[in-house]
Amino acid sequence: MVELARDEQEMLDGKHGRAQQRSMEILVQYADALGAEQFVDTNNVHLFVGFHPYPEVIQILDGDELASKFLLDTDEKITVDYVKAFNTTHIWAMDLDRWQVMGAPESLHNLMESIRAYCIRTGISLSATCTPYQVGNLPTRGEHCAWTESSAVPFCNAVLGARTNTEAAHSAFPSALTGKIPLWGLHLEENRRGTHLIDVQLDVNSIMDWYLLGYYVGEVCQLAVPVYELRHKMVPNISMLKGLNAAGASSGGIMMYHIVGITPEAPSRQAAFGGNKSKETIVYGEAQRRKAYENLNCAKGETVDLVNIGCPHYSLEQLRDVARLLDGKKIHENVDLWIWTAYQLKSIADRNGITDTIKKAGGHLMTDSCPLNTNLFPKGASVVATDSAKHAHYAPAIGGLDVYFGTMENCIDAAVTGKWRGELK
Amino acid sequence: MSQIVLNGRKVYGGVSEGEALVTRQNISTWGGVHAVKGIITERRHELNGQSFKDKILVFPAAKGSSGWSTVAQVIRLADQSPKAMIIRDISSLTGIGAVVMRVPTITDLDQDPTEIIETGDWVKVDADKGIVEITKKRA
Repeated sequence: MVELARDEQEMLDGKHGRAQQRSMEILVQYADALGAEQFVDTNNVHLFVGFHPYPEVIQILDGDELASKFLLDTDEKITVDYVKAFNTTHIWAMDLDRWQVMGAPESLHNLMESIRAYCIRTGISLSATCTPYQVGNLPTRGEHCAWTESSAVPFCNAVLGARTNTEAAHSAFPSALTGKIPLWGLHLEENRRGTHLIDVQLDVNSIMDWYLLGYYVGEVCQLAVPVYELRHKMVPNISMLKGLNAAGASSGGIMMYHIVGITPEAPSRQAAFGGNKSKETIVYGEAQRRKAYENLNCAKGETVDLVNIGCPHYSLEQLRDVARLLDGKKIHENVDLWIWTAYQLKSIADRNGITDTIKKAGGHLMTDSCPLNTNLFPKGASVVATDSAKHAHYAPAIGGLDVYFGTMENCIDAAVTGKWRGELK
Repeated sequence: MSQIVLNGRKVYGGVSEGEALVTRQNISTWGGVHAVKGIITERRHELNGQSFKDKILVFPAAKGSSGWSTVAQVIRLADQSPKAMIIRDISSLTGIGAVVMRVPTITDLDQDPTEIIETGDWVKVDADKGIVEITKKRA
């Protein structure tokens, strides 16, 4: 049984109101489920408040009722006054300004507006992105966090050296209300050390290369802590690591990894393993790269109906590059082009003329969401092209779509011609 | 009929029994399960197309999306839950997932349940006591 500090016991006893009491009830059940011995304080929570796919099972519009039923998992209506911890929010059901482009029903839009009002009242930040680290949530090394979003978690752990497990809607919300999270898993030094050595024999110089590396290693390592050793030294940037993280948490469940000489807890191979012996050396060469590529590509023929890029939300670098590729072009009449980024980054794209360039070409730059999240794809679309291994992994199961995966250039070429001409080079 | 007993630890309390559905592959509920239909939908998953409703679901661990518990809760609300879960390696996703799915769940067993239990075996889960009793389909 988890041991409670005095403030935690007081919350559980209801001395600070019903919302904190219910939150502690959930957190105690959760801590006991994990086998955690105590809690740790947190003041950095990445929440999920999307409330979908709940409309499939129930119709409620009142914010307090929604939060009670779904996030606090009770039929009792609990009113939250103000959320204690600093927080950002994960994507939700739709782009609140362009929901009609997505074909979202008005009922769902009304639901999201109700949630928006709830967030404003309770002190929940409306960031609505899968990439909190791109829009002002950058925890410091060693900071205890409670983050949802599987692709953001390795960024928090491996890239920044902060500490979080992959939290869910039902653990993150009580955590934000109480400022507590179980001291378990990746909050503890001993679980952050490397378990498998990845011998990266190839050059990994493009965003696609990092997606492929992550997709292969995620599938082989599942929940392990891989230690990447690059034979051909290079320093990956934020767009590349975003791809690595998203891919490894889709084919597997990688929450923490090291890149020797790059990530903060891996100044050397020895430091990355921290006394652990590598369980296995996994070779990543041409055959492994091809395997990942083939596993991601399941479409046949050459017709493309939708080009969906920006999963996780595009970085400023990717927005700049995609605008350059689209400049002066027109996308094919049978193709929809959807590009996703964070609301805050879109405001820069607006200023820079990037949004206009995309619009003139016939595409849409959208925020706050992605089509996977609410299964909102263009009507009749059966083949999607993407530069994201995460989107490629999930689109068949969620949307029933066949997928082409390739580079941003391949995707824009498909948007313009209506045909897929990508191949692994 | 041979019987095997495994000892583990409660994740979520309760007692249940039923037919086992076993996979050696990890499960992502979000983007890998249709909650309202109660079936696995991940394209390359060995259980693709199979229903877990009213089964004793035996699997190694969660993978993938942080939406694990979101989907687990909808599975419960849509009345598609398995009768119990036996999870080899607990993680944050399955820990909170079991809490909101509210079915008897056990982990940390003395042997790998995905090796010992086969699909079709009759399995009794006493999560409060941390005991799993397996009656093999094939003796």
